[in-house]
Amino acid sequence: MSERNPDWPDRLFESLKRAGVRQVGYVPDAGHARLIECVRADSEIHDVALTTEEEGVALAAGAWLGGERAALLMQSSGVGNCINMFSLARTCRFPMLMFITMRGEWEEFNPWQVPMGSIVDPVLKLCETEVYRANTSGEVAGAAERAIQQAFGNEGIAAVILSQQLIGKKVWTK
Amino acid sequence: MRLERRAAMATLLAGRDDNLLVIPGLGSTAWDAAAAGDNDRNFYLWGAMGGAAMIGLGLALAQPRRRVAVITGDGEMLMGLGSLATIGIQKPRNLAVIVFDNGVYGETGMQPSHTQSGVDLIAVAGACGIATCLDVREEGALANLAQRLKTLNETLFARVLIAAEEPPRVLPLRDGVALKERFRAALGVRA
Repeated sequence: MSERNPDWPDRLFESLKRAGVRQVGYVPDAGHARLIECVRADSEIHDVALTTEEEGVALAAGAWLGGERAALLMQSSGVGNCINMFSLARTCRFPMLMFITMRGEWEEFNPWQVPMGSIVDPVLKLCETEVYRANTSGEVAGAAERAIQQAFGNEGIAAVILSQQLIGKKVWTK
Repeated sequence: MRLERRAAMATLLAGRDDNLLVIPGLGSTAWDAAAAGDNDRNFYLWGAMGGAAMIGLGLALAQPRRRVAVITGDGEMLMGLGSLATIGIQKPRNLAVIVFDNGVYGETGMQPSHTQSGVDLIAVAGACGIATCLDVREEGALANLAQRLKTLNETLFARVLIAAEEPPRVLPLRDGVALKERFRAALGVRA
């Protein structure tokens, strides 16, 4: 079961800070809400709200051109929006560090989330992404460290998949 | 009146200093920038359609003491219209987004773009919160824009009305890794 008020978003934020991330692009997302709050409250990090996730891929490329590290926060559906823009990272070897909250897997109520959620892993791998999955809060920090190394050490594409079991199912009735 | 694209690009980039960083959008604006004189501080796009303005934003945020000019076409801008909204709320003081608008998709055979049928990119940029939006359609306005690029201190959008023509292609370096590495080396950055 997912935890109430889990602390993995704070651990993830600490990882980003340690890694020297200075730009974070995101589309608002319930699973990333706490991490987005941390990013917005940090004066050293440019928080960039995006209209669509592919903007974030281009943002991160621009950041690296200018000598800064960026990270992208998105939901599984956002991966589909990024596919063509990943060409930029693949052709030029721009670091791409992504944290992806899953929908459409564990106890999903909304069937419209399933088609994209079910193909996130293969789509990312086709786009030459190293994928690290965290199913429990204890796995998040380690996955983040490996992804950070793959992105900035290897100028590669790295994604940490934050499972729906970790995040908790969306509450539809209150 | 419509300007000639190669001459317009040459005017904008004439006498550029080392603190002007240029992102030419894929297609004709990349060839125009190459024709104006290759420069390590150009990051030419051969793809990533719709991404030019956002690359400019990431670069502008990372390099607040340098000036960034995204120079792209109307078709490329239309594919990333949302990025004007994103830039409009960030408002970096060192970013100019300049659209060479000829109303057609030149690289694919001159098919009409939305701007030919009334979509007004200046109005879009203004509605997204970019305070300074310039309509450039003659030499005086172009010279004014070139001057502003030298002392940029606000988020700026400009539409440069250009003629639909296809001057001979001048192709820049095509290796993305090499373009990236020489750009970063010119800036002296590592991350």
